[in-house]
Amino acid sequence: MHITRLDATFAALAHSTRRAILARLTSGEASVTELAAPFRMSQPAISKHLKVLERAGLISRGRDAQRRPRRLEARRLAEATRWLERYRRFWEGNYRRLDALLEALKTKEP
Amino acid sequence: MGTLKVTTPSDREIEMTRVFDAPRRLVWDAYTKPDLIRQWLLGPPGWSMPVCDIDLRVGGKYRYVWRNDSDGTEMGMGGVYREIRAPERLVTTERFDQAWYQGEGVGTLVLLEQGGRTTLTLTMLYESREAREAVLKTGMEQGVAASYDRLAELVAAASRKR
Repeated sequence: MHITRLDATFAALAHSTRRAILARLTSGEASVTELAAPFRMSQPAISKHLKVLERAGLISRGRDAQRRPRRLEARRLAEATRWLERYRRFWEGNYRRLDALLEALKTKEP
Repeated sequence: MGTLKVTTPSDREIEMTRVFDAPRRLVWDAYTKPDLIRQWLLGPPGWSMPVCDIDLRVGGKYRYVWRNDSDGTEMGMGGVYREIRAPERLVTTERFDQAWYQGEGVGTLVLLEQGGRTTLTLTMLYESREAREAVLKTGMEQGVAASYDRLAELVAAASRKR
């Protein structure tokens, strides 16, 4: 994945509202009104976030011309999370060893 | 014990959270004593840690070198202790010998103890978004494609955070 594309994806993910929007979209497509409902935000504010997500390729628009539902582009998100997942696995390996070490230290204590 | 969570709270940070079934002074020791660090901070299988020098005082330096025992490749990093509050908070700078990224990273380790268990939160702050990306991309591990299930879980975890 090209670095600037990854940057755009991570930049888009670096906001709690946008992550919440993506989390909502994992359970199916939704219109702007439906997406705005849980956030107590104006539709223009939500639309701004949607634009960022769309530019990053994380969401796209459905065919229904009236609702213009947004849907998750899972493939792009998978590319971004794959890097996180690699990093996570690397550290998880270390932390499993640390678990074992801590167990040994605990038994040594009086 | 708990599984490790990795999130990106801002575009220059990586945050790791994990629970350990031990009091925090033991986790603190494991993070600050060379003979203990050497036993776990090793990275991929087949690597050892021939150098682990620590001068644990504010302004003191630390230096780690790992070696791939099969081909002799070495990888080194080091930095300075900026803040030391045993056994709960440790702030260090870090810089790798092989410049994966520009400049320094700053790591903040926070240990919270509850009922004999310790929640570790390690936040790495980099000088730029590009530097953070470079760190995420370091080829320490063979890639494993995330399943869509895990994907949903990661996003949900990230959004619960705030």
